[in-house]
Amino acid sequence: MTSTDFDFDLPALRSVPRTAEPLSAAEFRTSQEVRWCPGCGDHAILAAAQGFLASLRIPRENIVIVSGIGCSSRLPYYVDTYGIHSIHGRAPTIATGISINRPDLSVWVVTGDGDALSIGGNHLIHALRRNVNLKILLLNNRIYGLTKGQYSPTSEFGKVTKSTPGGSLDDPFNPIALAIGAGASFVARTIDSDRRHLAATLGAAVAHDGTALVEIYQNCPVFNNDAYQPLKDPSRKDDWTIRLEHGQPVIFGSRSDQAVVRDPVTGALRIGSADDPDVVVHDARTDNPAYALALSLLAEKDLRHTPIGVFRSVFRPTYDSRFRAQLAEAEETGPTDLQQLLLGTDNWTIG
Amino acid sequence: MSVEQIGAEQVRDQARERQRVERLDRVVIRFAGDSGDGMQLTGDRFTAQAATFGNDLATLPNYPAEIRAPAGSLPGVSSFQVQFGNDRVLTPGDRLDALVAMNPAALKANIGDLRPGGVLIVDTHDFTPRALSRVGYDDNPLTDGSLRDYLVHAIDMTSLAGAAVAEFGLSRKEASRARNMFALGLVSWMYNRPIEPTVSFLRRRFGGKPAVLAGNLAALRAGWDLGETTESFAVTYEVAPAPLPAGTYRNIQGNQATAYGLVAAAERAGLRLFLGAYPITPASDVLHELSKLKSYGVRSFQAEDEIAAIGAALGASFAGLLGVTVTSGPGMALKSETLGLAVALELPLVVVDVQRGGPSTGLPTKTEQADLWQAMYGRNGEAPLPVLAARSPADCFDTAIEACRIALKYRTPVVMLSDGYLANGSEPWRVPAVDDLPDLTVEYATDRNGMSADGREVFLPYARDPATLARPLAIPGTPGLQHRIGGLEKDSLTGAVSYDPDNHDRMVRIRQAKIDRIKVPPLEVDDPSGRPGYGARLLVVGWGSTYGPISAACRNIRRRGMAIAQAHLRHLNPLPANLGHVLAAYDTVLVPEMNLGQLASLIRANCLVDTVSYTQLRGLPFRADELEQVFANIITGGEVS
Ligand code: SF4
Repeated sequence: MTSTDFDFDLPALRSVPRTAEPLSAAEFRTSQEVRWCPGCGDHAILAAAQGFLASLRIPRENIVIVSGIGCSSRLPYYVDTYGIHSIHGRAPTIATGISINRPDLSVWVVTGDGDALSIGGNHLIHALRRNVNLKILLLNNRIYGLTKGQYSPTSEFGKVTKSTPGGSLDDPFNPIALAIGAGASFVARTIDSDRRHLAATLGAAVAHDGTALVEIYQNCPVFNNDAYQPLKDPSRKDDWTIRLEHGQPVIFGSRSDQAVVRDPVTGALRIGSADDPDVVVHDARTDNPAYALALSLLAEKDLRHTPIGVFRSVFRPTYDSRFRAQLAEAEETGPTDLQQLLLGTDNWTIG
Repeated sequence: MSVEQIGAEQVRDQARERQRVERLDRVVIRFAGDSGDGMQLTGDRFTAQAATFGNDLATLPNYPAEIRAPAGSLPGVSSFQVQFGNDRVLTPGDRLDALVAMNPAALKANIGDLRPGGVLIVDTHDFTPRALSRVGYDDNPLTDGSLRDYLVHAIDMTSLAGAAVAEFGLSRKEASRARNMFALGLVSWMYNRPIEPTVSFLRRRFGGKPAVLAGNLAALRAGWDLGETTESFAVTYEVAPAPLPAGTYRNIQGNQATAYGLVAAAERAGLRLFLGAYPITPASDVLHELSKLKSYGVRSFQAEDEIAAIGAALGASFAGLLGVTVTSGPGMALKSETLGLAVALELPLVVVDVQRGGPSTGLPTKTEQADLWQAMYGRNGEAPLPVLAARSPADCFDTAIEACRIALKYRTPVVMLSDGYLANGSEPWRVPAVDDLPDLTVEYATDRNGMSADGREVFLPYARDPATLARPLAIPGTPGLQHRIGGLEKDSLTGAVSYDPDNHDRMVRIRQAKIDRIKVPPLEVDDPSGRPGYGARLLVVGWGSTYGPISAACRNIRRRGMAIAQAHLRHLNPLPANLGHVLAAYDTVLVPEMNLGQLASLIRANCLVDTVSYTQLRGLPFRADELEQVFANIITGGEVS
């Protein structure tokens, strides 16, 4: 699916107003000077986001973008919607307060690997667990950019940085696996350099009713250049990247000869040949999270066999809808007279 | 006569029949037992009876931090104290006139507070050698003469209550709970309290369980009857109603009053109330209370931690609701970074800190007022915000409304300080008419308010009201007013990120000036002997929950013929404009605090007036008689001890 064949009657957006005509990407630009380094992957993501938001036909005033701290978290300043550039790791908390109270708004969180997975890990997993109707863009450059180059919770083991001159000692998080473990109803991965894929993935995310976590592989040319080069390099990328498409067999490779195969006995996933009778047909709607988890674990440490696309997209009631249903029921059936509440049942009158 | 009919009239009839009724001005009673015994409920019910009778009163629950400390142990003792009187009652009382002890541990832990000659009612059922030695009694205090200074009524209440409920087929647990009702019946008889309110309470609570209801009513009745028929109870006591101002009253605890104040403020602002909270003692009851009020439009959200709780509340404020969060000291510490963000964003937000003993986990169920500096200064950078404190349980209602008023009008986070004593203590509250409460209507921006350099109409989120310095609030969904705000320093007009040195200097000063300019009422001094400078030479200045004991001590000083002036601060930031002027009129300014002198320092720094501190951090409110002694020493030329 691309952003242009967008289904406008999605439950996720039913309570958000729409404009009659599509808006232009230019309308989503602000007068703030964009301050990322030249060549930073964030520029491409911003351009894609502006174009994508314009295609949604949601009035700009009904979109709120909340971010934390880090290079990626500057993004709200550059998009002409409502926005808050908040504090390190806490964007999901503020976004939750907005989303559950205002069904007429489309609420986005922009975060990075340090922001979301280190200092803000707790809020991320709880947003996913609750299934708050947030679209979370996790720009993963596997490094701390804004603080000038320390290793991050997604940096590979042994990463040599200013804070780890002898190499980092801890193994990285796999954000997709983490999100699935936290009960995420929608998890996807895309790459900054692939604008079409990026837009299509954002389209799938916005169509989803509930928390959508989109991990975006983002290049930081200054502190971690070419971290995703194997997935971009024309000579390798088709053999190393597994493109997931719902309902399609998971076949990849420059000659379309490789595939994800399910072992008929153990059920485990492995890389095999495209002619194997047990080639997996991708089903992002599979209820059992074990499948999406297994997909997320296919990638090797050197990024070989990295799946991109929508891993998981299942229906689960949102916190927002439950929150509102409970309020509506109480308001319909419960007492509403504040004066009576203050007086209580045990009162007495003097004079 | 059935138990339901024992109302005020019958109480008076029976009182007349007694051989002797002692009329008292005020009485202090404490109910003490195991924390699982239901002492809080018993005390609460007795309080409701005294309140309905028209007494003024104040209560003090005291319970352990552990939910169920081992039964029969000293740490497991829970108690509930109430003072009721025929005049203004300002504290739960210092010395007990009567103690009800349901087991040896309760006796041991509380007997020291009973005044000589006081009434001691003991349930003897658990006074076994084992239970006695467990709490350190070598001999049975009921028989070894150690209680000879008291009027002791040793009664096997458990067995008597058990016999009273035997016919109703209750479970063992239900039957053993009935002894509380027995004790309540007996004490109600002794103090001539009508038990109607308790009867209707029991009917409401056990309406669906006829056997339990019947058992509780029977136990209540049996306790009452024991008093009436037993020779040893030769005296009963009567405390006449207090002359309170006309109105409809109810009894209210501080946490409940805080919750109601927040709801009422939202109603008067025409906004939805949103509470983000994480459970923490002693603030959780505000969360519980507000969570029950969904039908009044209240939205509550239990967050994953303190930071998320305030984050969600701030998001709600940005989205056009009245965002509030409630916590205690450790939670305040976690919220401080978000408070700084709220200062920078200039969004309305109310944080209620129900203070407890600290530092760290400290004394979670005990009271203290040592978070004043944390509220004032506990943030990075220059991050001023208004701070208010409630003085009594019922005053939490008014203080919460005032906190919301300031937050909404000046677009700023506000900290309201309560404490463990106010949170759980209760007093009669004259219920206001909602329509008489202040109008807090908020005007959100709907139109662009400025021009860009190239002549386009734009929204300037930091173009301020010249009088209040409040910035315009445009909530998402308002067409044409899209804007981005954040924790980075902002241009003083456009709100765009600005690293300009002059702009930062200007913004820091504007944020400070905005708080400094908040209009707060002038400080009023209570001194019957004359206006400042012409009456008393000693002024006692307090804040927060010390109001009760300070006022009671001042009253006693004046009854002794000495002059003393009293002033109590609700607004701690900004301080009342006349504060320095008022303080300078006295020879001595004494500041009693349940911390090491935090307000005293603030006063010295702000007013250049010397102060004398009297401090105590025992996890309990000041005792009025101790303060009286301190005041008397100063007045007569002595030292502060
Ligand atoms: S430091 Fe890296 S991530 Fe940050 S702006 Fe520069 S290139 Fe982009």
